[in-house]
Amino acid sequence: MAELNENAELAIAMRGVTKIFGPDPQAALALLKAGKSKAEVQAETNHVVGLDNVSLDIAAGQIFVVMGLSGSGKSTLIRHVNRLIEPTAGEILVHGDDVLKMSRDALRSYRRTKVAMVFQKFGLLPHRSVIDNVAYGLEVRGVGRKVRLETAAKWIETVGLAGYENSQPRQLSGGQQQRVGLARALSMDADIILMDEAFSALDPLIRSGMQDELITLQKSLHKTILFITHDFDEALKIGDRIAVLKDGAVQQEGKPEDIVLRPANEHIEEFVREVNKARAIHVRSIMERGVTEPCEQAVSMDARCEDVLPLFAEHQWVGVVDGEGNQIGRVTAKQVIKALARHTPGVG
Amino acid sequence: MFPQLIDTRPWRRAVDDGLNWVVRNWGGTFEAAAYPLLMLLKAIEDLLVATPWWLIIALLTGIAWLATRRWQLPAVVFAALMFLGIMDLWKDAMTTMALMIAATLTAILISIPVGVWMSRSINLRQVITPILDLMQTLPSFVYLIPTVMIFGPGKIPALIATIVYAAPPLVRLTDLGLRSVDPAVMEASRAFGTNPRQRLFGVQIPLALPTILAGVNQTTMMALSMVVIASMIGAGGLGYQVLQGIGRLEVSRGLFAGLGIVALAIVFDRITQAFGRQLQARIGLQEAR
Repeated sequence: MAELNENAELAIAMRGVTKIFGPDPQAALALLKAGKSKAEVQAETNHVVGLDNVSLDIAAGQIFVVMGLSGSGKSTLIRHVNRLIEPTAGEILVHGDDVLKMSRDALRSYRRTKVAMVFQKFGLLPHRSVIDNVAYGLEVRGVGRKVRLETAAKWIETVGLAGYENSQPRQLSGGQQQRVGLARALSMDADIILMDEAFSALDPLIRSGMQDELITLQKSLHKTILFITHDFDEALKIGDRIAVLKDGAVQQEGKPEDIVLRPANEHIEEFVREVNKARAIHVRSIMERGVTEPCEQAVSMDARCEDVLPLFAEHQWVGVVDGEGNQIGRVTAKQVIKALARHTPGVG
Repeated sequence: MFPQLIDTRPWRRAVDDGLNWVVRNWGGTFEAAAYPLLMLLKAIEDLLVATPWWLIIALLTGIAWLATRRWQLPAVVFAALMFLGIMDLWKDAMTTMALMIAATLTAILISIPVGVWMSRSINLRQVITPILDLMQTLPSFVYLIPTVMIFGPGKIPALIATIVYAAPPLVRLTDLGLRSVDPAVMEASRAFGTNPRQRLFGVQIPLALPTILAGVNQTTMMALSMVVIASMIGAGGLGYQVLQGIGRLEVSRGLFAGLGIVALAIVFDRITQAFGRQLQARIGLQEAR
């Protein structure tokens, strides 16, 4: 959980990362530093600001979601972590190593061993079978055929594609293809997984299923996952922490509840208005803390408001228990309703 | 009349003298350099002539079946080859086929690396594209005559002229094929830490192969279309029959030899196209049916 990781080691640290697209980025950078906005820089120099002074701390073992609309720079941001895009200014540290100072060879071996990536458009090799696609990362790394096929077979099974090993990617549905993409990234056994709108191209039901699976997988894998999405619901569902990006700049960064309960500005408020708050708000953040008499019905501390709502039909109080089953607090229907209503503009 | 601004006669004389100088001083060297080409051509021709006719028919019909797994194309190939045999054109057809195969092989050897190189550098593309345009549009006699002067009449200038004419489409299509590989796939490959060689051989070339094969198809067709001109400088084969037919006003000889060239063209065109389609289907580019 997020709070457990706050003191944990930093996996990725971005410091003042700025990216400007165009023939003379330094000139545009000077304007940007002088306080001009993205639109002004674009009007004056015809340079596009992709990222504007982005600083993020991503702790190891958490799912960190970067949320933004199209054009907000989120896909640019994720490509800086494995340096598919070179920043104009700034510093990117991964487990303390400066990614930007790496030589070509060092960068290649970093990409082969430390970061794996899942793509919105899957990026599968159409001329290879599923198992050869999954084994691709290991093949590039130079792992022997037998070992890499065994590893690939294991991950194909984990993502639920057993039996499709020798199919061609084009014979699979979109959801299945993205499972292949996920298995390919997981088979690298890298500490960091970059997911660039990995589920955005999928149908809503399939997407929701994939989100659940990712959460389940993460419980046993404890990878550092940087997840990009334009879907606020998705961000709230899977994110341990969320950063909201607009015009290449970070608007707010925090736990999902922080963003839902205390949106930093109008732009984020707009997202929050549309969102299913019952799903976004954890029960533990609104419960009455402390030792109380045990309740007949209890939910885990990971539960969200939507999980407890049906229970109020039968019970007045619902307990909240931690991992060991000890009750750490309780909630009433009133508290839940208050939490949901408070954040609806015009009501609270 | 356009006024004479400069006297161009010295230029012409310089070009002519220059060529003569090259022929006198370097003729032997050039001939020696082209010797491997001649050997290749001779080896292919000897092999084709020495192979019994029924074996060649069986082989090509078999290849046609492998390329399509249906009976139609093998039947067409069989009929076209039988036509060549029945019309007493077999030996000439083998000579022409040898020239075409030698030219195509050499063109593949040269064009694919050039195409690969071109796909990686915009500057190089800007230099090579006009050269390719020149190779395709310059009337072949213009470079045929200097090559004949350097190498003497025979198979080498015929082969070189055929290569010059037939290589450009393969260069262009190799370049195009490599550049039009899905950028999402290329990026994924890069993200996994591939080096340029791994990307070229593991991703780009396999995915561009259908396009490259279309280039090979174009090259074979253009090589065949050069046979009549090539026969003027001693390549022999079906083209020579056409020439004789024209010279002696024997319409039938020219017609049948001409149809023989068409028959060869059909055989090689259909077989290479069928392989291209098969490859495309395997890669899954022909998804929508």
